[in-house]
Amino acid sequence: MSEVTSTVVGDLKLKNITKRFGEFLAVDDLTLTIPRGSFFALLGPSGCGKTTTLRMIAGLEEPTSGTISIGDADITHTKPYKRPVNKVFQNYALFPHLTIFENVAFGLRRRGQKNVKDAVEKVLALVELGHLKDRKPGQLSGGQQQRIAVARAIVNRPALLLLDEPLGALDLKLRRQMQIELKWIQTEVGITFVHVTHDQEEAMTMADTIAVMNKGRIEQMGSPVELYENPQTVFVANFLGQSNLIVGQVQSDSGAETSVDVHGSRILLPSARNRGNGKSVLVGIRPEKINIQTSTSNAGKNSLEGGIVTDISFVGVSTQYQVEMPWKQEIMVFEQNDGGAPNIRKGDQVTLSWEPHFTFALDSES
Amino acid sequence: MAIAHVSPGTSTHVNPERTGRRVPYLLMLPGLLWLAVFFIYPLINLAETSTKTRAESMETGAFVQSYRFANYIDAFVEYQDQFLRSFMYAFAATALALAISYPLAYAIAFKSGRYKNILLILVIAPFFTSFLLRTIAWKQILGAEGPVIYVLRTLHLIGPDTTITASSFAVVMGLTYNFLPFMTLPIYASLERIDPRLMEASGDLYANGATTFRKVTIPLSMPGVVAGTLLTFIPAAGDYINAAILGNPTTKMIGNVIDSRFFRIVDYPTAASLSFTLMAAILFLVVIYIRRSGTDELV
Repeated sequence: MSEVTSTVVGDLKLKNITKRFGEFLAVDDLTLTIPRGSFFALLGPSGCGKTTTLRMIAGLEEPTSGTISIGDADITHTKPYKRPVNKVFQNYALFPHLTIFENVAFGLRRRGQKNVKDAVEKVLALVELGHLKDRKPGQLSGGQQQRIAVARAIVNRPALLLLDEPLGALDLKLRRQMQIELKWIQTEVGITFVHVTHDQEEAMTMADTIAVMNKGRIEQMGSPVELYENPQTVFVANFLGQSNLIVGQVQSDSGAETSVDVHGSRILLPSARNRGNGKSVLVGIRPEKINIQTSTSNAGKNSLEGGIVTDISFVGVSTQYQVEMPWKQEIMVFEQNDGGAPNIRKGDQVTLSWEPHFTFALDSES
Repeated sequence: MAIAHVSPGTSTHVNPERTGRRVPYLLMLPGLLWLAVFFIYPLINLAETSTKTRAESMETGAFVQSYRFANYIDAFVEYQDQFLRSFMYAFAATALALAISYPLAYAIAFKSGRYKNILLILVIAPFFTSFLLRTIAWKQILGAEGPVIYVLRTLHLIGPDTTITASSFAVVMGLTYNFLPFMTLPIYASLERIDPRLMEASGDLYANGATTFRKVTIPLSMPGVVAGTLLTFIPAAGDYINAAILGNPTTKMIGNVIDSRFFRIVDYPTAASLSFTLMAAILFLVVIYIRRSGTDELV
């Protein structure tokens, strides 16, 4: 078993990967490079092909066509147990009959490595669970099992660590804590992490780069900030956080600034943020970027008048307003509760305004 | 939403907590009564009989209580061969049944796809006929005109005059066959329960198929193996039907001795003390076995 290509290092490259299950196209001509040492997230709704992609990287599925390689080594058809890849399973899949120590040592023993004890104790110290090494997995809490699952994988120093919805079984508070911890572990060990999740917050907290997947394809790839501030498709705009998307017609484009007519109001945005192809576009603005006020003085800003507040919900850090516009569309507005928020009640007529550079425009077909 | 509302005014209800505590005992009651009448009482009766001696009248079936514990020693010394043989046959049958059942259960649990239920029914199907009939059928199968002899003779593996009925071989075959489902079903149940992701995880951690089987599948199926071997070994050690139908006078098991002491010779004390010795011996072996297999927490 020593022929495991553990010396393989480099970027993970997926080239034209397609996977069909009978008639169903799970992954559609996916090409992707994941740089060595990065924390990469595949984000998407269930059935988007993210888990299938992960399973192909792990070797648990074979692609219908295309190649997978790490550095210069083609691993498309390599058996899972010969890949320099380890996986953290969704339900952890710890061996219930083995102690924590033996669970972590499993991979090392299979490869006949020396100094198993030192390596296991070191990694257990890293996840701060050294004192539990003689317990069985059933005696550990969910968060502890999670950390052992990570330890069991990274102790093998794989070129690539795959995490399949790793925090799905944990409660919210623990999930937050584990997000920070996983990110820290990744920085500490420097292994490439490929993380599959449907939880946008989880992906944004941990990953350097996120690929948003939908229907077997990548919709958009980039840093969390880039994806959030500059979504390029309607799917991404709605999947990562909330967006208000309003139909508009492009009036003029100076090359620097684009002017869009939105139900009679002139909305400006930087031309670089216009992803539309034709005259008709969807103008997008994030709810927290909008100011809500009862007066109509908004020099130099984009503004939409004549909205009626239909619902107000107080959520602690912010207050969320639902505003019905004259064209019967509901717009979401989040105002920070920092004392500056106006005293607005349900039924009030309001004006919504925001800075032009927060505005983005999407192709209405996307 | 509708179920969330509990009216505080209905205090005439029985305190649910107290009722809840009584329920397990009520549920156990029929079983306990059954055991008391049909197991505990006969057991005490048997214990009492085991130390009796023949009445002075020498009348058949008349015994008096004289607390003669030497009955045990006498019975054991006289029938130690049959004891030893019983355990040897039971051990051989258990080992054979395990060798047959494990691959069978494995195939049903992991490889049978949509035929799983049909295969399980086939495993249980022999129970639809009586134990006795099935054992008599084996006499035909292994008999001089049967298919086994025919094949072995044709292949010149045995001479023209060799028979295989009325032998140790036939008794062990019969025992193996009769207790096979008791071995197969528990092993199947514990294999079926194994999360397939554990096998994936093993593969992910550099174990090939054979290693995964050895390090993950077998240990996790041990509860089923232990249960199956116990369910086979215990009844096989006390069985007398197979030895009576498929054996000869030199293959008598302890069950046959007890049977004849009880019903033919009408020597109740000897039969009773043999029964207790058998029970104690089995209990002893079982405890050692469970301790050794390290699955006491799993059984």
